[in-house]
Amino acid sequence: MKDVKCECGHVNPHGTVLCEACGKVLDERENKDQLLDMRYEGSARRSQTYNKTIVDKIWNFFSSVKVGVWLIIITLLASILGTILPQKMYINLPPDVYYEQEYGWFGKLYYQLGLHDLYGSWWYLLLISMIGISLVICSLDRVVPLYKALKAQRVTRNEGFLKRQRLFGTNHVIDDQDFDIVKKHLKEKHYHVREENGDLLAEKGRFSRWGPYVNHVGLIIFLFGGMLRFFPGMYVNENLWVKEGETTAVPETGETFYLQNNQFILQHYDKNKDKAFEKAIEQAGEVVKNYQSNVVLYKRVGESLPGEKPKLEKVTDYKVRVNHPLTFDGYSVFQSSFRSELKAMTFMLTNKNTNQTFGEMKINFEDPKEKYDLGNGYSVKILNYFPDFEFDKNGDPSTKSRVPNNPAFIFQMISPENPDGEKSFVAIKQTIEPFGDNTYKMAFKGIETKNVSGFIVRKDSTLWVIILGGILFMIGVIQGAYWNHRRIWVQNKNGQIWIAAHTNKNWYGLKREIEKVIEDTKLNMPDDQLQSEQADKGGV
Amino acid sequence: MATISSNLLFIAFILYLVATLFYGGSIKSKKELNEKKETNKWGKIAVVLTIVGFIAQLGYFITRWIAAGHAPVSNMFEFTTFFGMALVGAFIVIYFIYRTTLLGLFTMPVAILVIAYASMFPKDITPLIPALQSYWLHIHVTTAAIGEAILAISFAAGLIYLVKAIDQTKLNKRNFWLEVVMFALVAVLGFVAVSTVFSAAGYHEKFNWTDKHGTVAVVEYTMPAISGPHAGELLTKDGFKPLIEMPAFINAKKLNTVIWSLMAGILLYGLIRLILRKRIAAALQPLVKNIKLDFVDEISYRSVLIGFPVFTLGALIFAMIWAQMAWSRFWGWDPKEVWALITWLFYAAFLHLRLSKGWHGEKSAWLAVLGFVIIMFNLVAVNLVIAGLHSYAGS
Repeated sequence: MKDVKCECGHVNPHGTVLCEACGKVLDERENKDQLLDMRYEGSARRSQTYNKTIVDKIWNFFSSVKVGVWLIIITLLASILGTILPQKMYINLPPDVYYEQEYGWFGKLYYQLGLHDLYGSWWYLLLISMIGISLVICSLDRVVPLYKALKAQRVTRNEGFLKRQRLFGTNHVIDDQDFDIVKKHLKEKHYHVREENGDLLAEKGRFSRWGPYVNHVGLIIFLFGGMLRFFPGMYVNENLWVKEGETTAVPETGETFYLQNNQFILQHYDKNKDKAFEKAIEQAGEVVKNYQSNVVLYKRVGESLPGEKPKLEKVTDYKVRVNHPLTFDGYSVFQSSFRSELKAMTFMLTNKNTNQTFGEMKINFEDPKEKYDLGNGYSVKILNYFPDFEFDKNGDPSTKSRVPNNPAFIFQMISPENPDGEKSFVAIKQTIEPFGDNTYKMAFKGIETKNVSGFIVRKDSTLWVIILGGILFMIGVIQGAYWNHRRIWVQNKNGQIWIAAHTNKNWYGLKREIEKVIEDTKLNMPDDQLQSEQADKGGV
Repeated sequence: MATISSNLLFIAFILYLVATLFYGGSIKSKKELNEKKETNKWGKIAVVLTIVGFIAQLGYFITRWIAAGHAPVSNMFEFTTFFGMALVGAFIVIYFIYRTTLLGLFTMPVAILVIAYASMFPKDITPLIPALQSYWLHIHVTTAAIGEAILAISFAAGLIYLVKAIDQTKLNKRNFWLEVVMFALVAVLGFVAVSTVFSAAGYHEKFNWTDKHGTVAVVEYTMPAISGPHAGELLTKDGFKPLIEMPAFINAKKLNTVIWSLMAGILLYGLIRLILRKRIAAALQPLVKNIKLDFVDEISYRSVLIGFPVFTLGALIFAMIWAQMAWSRFWGWDPKEVWALITWLFYAAFLHLRLSKGWHGEKSAWLAVLGFVIIMFNLVAVNLVIAGLHSYAGS
């Protein structure tokens, strides 16, 4: 494409609106009387210049801020939908049951539309990736020409350029030293002052122009980090239950690390001790103070054959609490939940008529014995044990799992009177005597429980990318928001001194600064042409 | 210590009220309010009162921190009060940049409403559950609240813009919606009024009711039940019989509070209209006649520019760091997290729209109002209605 040569001699790329060097209007598309559109310095942006091939069309689509804003708004609205009902990760029933049961037809519809997993849906991810593409193309379309234009700018500017700045004023009479005073003031205000042909350009804060691009790069890295999670090995997220006193291999560590749970601790606030919270505790009942698992981390030494007990070497003792995960070798173990499991049950062999007891027996669920001898000719046999009792389809007793959630037994109670024994079926809160009236019963005495700590084992190798993205984003957004790019031109035109000024934002601050700069001189404060323009229209 | 603390908060509240009157007085003077460094006598007194009030509230914050052993930002009362304080703090900062007392006249009433609203919640010092026991509680919550407060200043500035710019001679869509905003502020006052009246009267009534799983439970109302619970059975003798019974999936007690607040709001609004004999926004119009539109537009835009990075840092980045430590994942699509993202997306869209000329001025002011609505929704509705990991024990 042909380049455009400005009358000042500078050669601009095709599509340039304002000459990069002197600011002369090259592409008179806009109304001559209006203020200049200073966005991106009127540089030649690809999206504004080419629109022929399919690549151009895609580029132009994604480079548009309007499209970007629409993508943001659509994502925003979609995100709202996902907060109406709990998402699938926060429910504790199968989704096809939960939503209809809890929220009726609306819940059913919500589930059928796939809104229960909105943030993992293909179209939500598509929206996010479109925002990502938009970020890349928008930034590239602008940052390169903007950089070139700002680099090529010369001190002396075209008259038309100066006149059509928002802040502009002319001065007929000035003192000889005024120019020097202004220069001194500008330097005191940390402006970078350049001079050519007796004209002056003072500039500061140009780096704030790069803020948006820096933060966009940060966001892209952040999104990329989020994508990395889908690659195998980058992300581990497993649940791990360890009973008190037991040692279990930490999942996904290749059987290298083992965790021993010594004790699970659950503490509540005590209104007598924690006086400051007395009233609140009375209101709320019990408030949990601490969830803690005292664990020991072991590392396997050497190779072990399958089935052989691995040799373990202690790495560390740790108290895993909420907010205080145990970290090792890139893994983190978080305290996430706990449950109590029945450990043992105690029964007393009792005569139903006299209530006399004949010794007690403790059944340890991890190792139930076949026969418990109570002495004096009394003993009890366990004929059958159902750890997680239920009646199966045929109405026969069976067990759902090996976990003692709802234990039931068939006992044979042997006594001197009944050496053959009496049979009794005992489950929680029910006793069935299959062969009529027994003389003895198994009276329930107590239970012992054992805590099981629930951990989350996580390894997230994408975290560093996410952190880098986050830091870059913050730097960029601060750079762009808390600094302004200000330029003040003081130039000799037709024997007059012209002052024009531009800032990318915070015009109020720029005006205050110019007031200070022209103090002690005869120079007049330039007009805010936007305000007078609005006043003309009958506004303020 | 807890008593000193609540006294300081009360002093701050009164000072804010008095300061608002002085801001009103400062507007009356005929001097130009734009871009001039001088503030008149009334205005100076107002600013001093605001600062003293802010210091008093800071005193409340510190003494309560000492009493509780943790920063008082852990329940609805504490967080909302802190948000009110941050709002005043943000105003003080913006005031010293732009020196316009008119902004105070619009910001202080909002801050007062926020603090009044906060004190309708249980004020007991609450213990921290394990997930909250982290210094990130202080860092994340305070930074997020400060960010939201700075963003809220753009709402106040936007409101000034709209009051000035919108024609009030005839009813139209624009001044109707502006009046809706005014009514919403009055309705908050309505909520404060009914809550105060019924709690002063010590009103209580109990119901047996059946929830959607068919479980029977007891619910205690602190306002006469207009909307009664599902299959409700009044237990209190001489209690008020509900006018309508709600289905089980609606929280009838919260709805009842909303109904009472709206009724009080309508009553108050009616009274105000009766006295003013015109729309509230129309009555406010003379107060803003001396300010330039593009000046308030800039204040509004600038507040977003200042607040956006703070909000991002507090509500997203610090939040993610803490979530990673407490819940093992930095992001989990919890409703509060999503609403923080929504707020962030909204202001990101706002900043991008400011790049194009057509979105300066009035449209931008409407967006500032909408942004504040989202922030308030996140504070009120997400905590009280959409329960999630962040829901505070509110009523």
